[in-house]
Amino acid sequence: MKRLLVLALLLTAAAGDIHSGYDDASPETRAMQDDDSANPGFLWVREGEAQWSGKACAACHGDARVSMRGVAARYPAYDAALNRPITLDQRIAQCRTERQHAEPFTPESDAALGLSAYIGLQSRGMPLQVSTDGPMRPFYETGRTLFNTRMGQLNLSCAQCHDERAGMKLAGAVIPQGHPNGYPEYRLEWQTMGSLTRRIRNCMVGVRAEPFPPDSAEMTALALFLAARAAGLKIETPAVRP
Amino acid sequence: MIARRRFVLTAAAGTVLPVAATASHVQVAVLIRQLVGDAKLAEGRVKLDLPVLVENGNTVGMTVSVDAPPGAVHSLHVYAEANPLPEVCHIRFGPRAGVPRIQTRIRLATSQTVTAIAQMHDGTFWQDSVELLVTLAACID
Amino acid sequence: MVRVLLNVPRQVRRNEPFDVKLLISHPMESGQRRDAVGLAIPRDIINLLVVTYGNEEVLRMDLFPAIAANPFLAFSMTAVASGTLSITFTDDHGVTQSETATVEVV
Ligand code: HEC
Ligand code: HEC
Repeated sequence: MKRLLVLALLLTAAAGDIHSGYDDASPETRAMQDDDSANPGFLWVREGEAQWSGKACAACHGDARVSMRGVAARYPAYDAALNRPITLDQRIAQCRTERQHAEPFTPESDAALGLSAYIGLQSRGMPLQVSTDGPMRPFYETGRTLFNTRMGQLNLSCAQCHDERAGMKLAGAVIPQGHPNGYPEYRLEWQTMGSLTRRIRNCMVGVRAEPFPPDSAEMTALALFLAARAAGLKIETPAVRP
Repeated sequence: MIARRRFVLTAAAGTVLPVAATASHVQVAVLIRQLVGDAKLAEGRVKLDLPVLVENGNTVGMTVSVDAPPGAVHSLHVYAEANPLPEVCHIRFGPRAGVPRIQTRIRLATSQTVTAIAQMHDGTFWQDSVELLVTLAACID
Repeated sequence: MVRVLLNVPRQVRRNEPFDVKLLISHPMESGQRRDAVGLAIPRDIINLLVVTYGNEEVLRMDLFPAIAANPFLAFSMTAVASGTLSITFTDDHGVTQSETATVEVV
């Protein structure tokens, strides 16, 4: 009985320990994120707002503040037609090419990041809660396996840094828990906005691994696992990180 | 730090240039001398706020404020001695200027001393310096 | 097209200082960096920013490559009558762009 209680306590402690990369950032970086008129991510949000009304998204979806509220919190989500999960960025791209019949976005372009940031903002403050049940389960398991697989010349898994070494320092930077709750986000290192895909690519290059291609099944599975792993964390889009 | 400040002052006065000075260190001294001319450069009144430990040199929040009523400050000048180009910014205030306080974001190539100078309408010059440690430098190469 | 976020209170009090915040989307390419094949990336920065209110200059800023990408500036100003705040900036190619906001003095 006593043992069980201790175990339960340990488990709550571990669960309660989930925290955003925001908490690992310096006070200056947090302040930059907190003030919408000082957060450079809002330059992209404004771009996205213009895209939304100018690019016929609004014609079908109306006011994004209503129709897109809570959407980012549910992604990656299952696409029945494709029989697999897709990320929010892929959903936006799909709508653009298939429903609006427009040219696909260039990845990491201001237009693509802007729309993603504008839609993400409509869920700011809401907890991440993706589905991992039913048809999502195998993809979640794939993501979990990838997260725990050693890779690259440094032979390190995501988990070895973001689970086992979170909070420690790596070349002057604090290793965060590696949550996806602020994307797209403004990274000081990039001096610009970037997607979660770009961030994961950075980490993979960091361990001298060949990064998964942007729209690969592996990248989506990793994004899904990251979102499930961060369940309950509040969305911060557009976040600011070092 | 105090020694540093003193050195900037002396160099600005054009008397000595220490042997160990980096090119930029001398450059800043020369630039400050051009700005100040024969006037006296004193510590105080102007306050330079920068984090002492910088997370990423690409984007460092900076506040410069002057202890003076609106309208008393002519201009602000900021120098980073170990950047490839030591000038950071010059700001001139016009008649509609309010509280003499500005905030911006700067790049720092490496750990170094940053100096801010306030020129008042009464012809006096004031300076403040911050010595800071940059953990991840701005990518300038 | 460069995007600008200009944050100004809609209503202010006569002669009472108020804060203005400004963000401009611009890479502020320092001229010190090299691309993947080692060629110098040419300098491309906003080098001048002028703030006026009505016919009066509020502030004039000379910017150097040490100003971070997507420049941010916050400053304080005063107004005696309702009018238009105008921000004009110039880049290394001599291209000038403006952004305005109206301010009502109550
Ligand atoms: C011709 C109408 C049409 C246009 C134009 C259109 N969409 Fe859609 N969009 C839809 C429909 C219908 C759905 C629902 C699809 C589904 O549930 O399978 C949808 C779904 C979405 C979703 C997912 C919502 C959710 O609850 O999961 C997002 C995000 C989205 N669209 C974004 C956009 C953006 C951004 C644009 C502009 C680039 C756009 N859409 C343009 C019709 C459109
Ligand atoms: C060698 C350690 C290391 C490994 C291995 C690693 N990362 Fe990271 N990761 C970091 C560090 C350090 C940061 C923070 C970057 C900074 O502040 O400079 C980071 C940041 C992140 C972030 C951003 C968190 C935020 O708050 O925005 C995500 C997401 C992430 N990593 C995912 C991954 C994934 C997925 C993998 C495996 C493919 C991985 N990382 C492998 C060290 C690592």
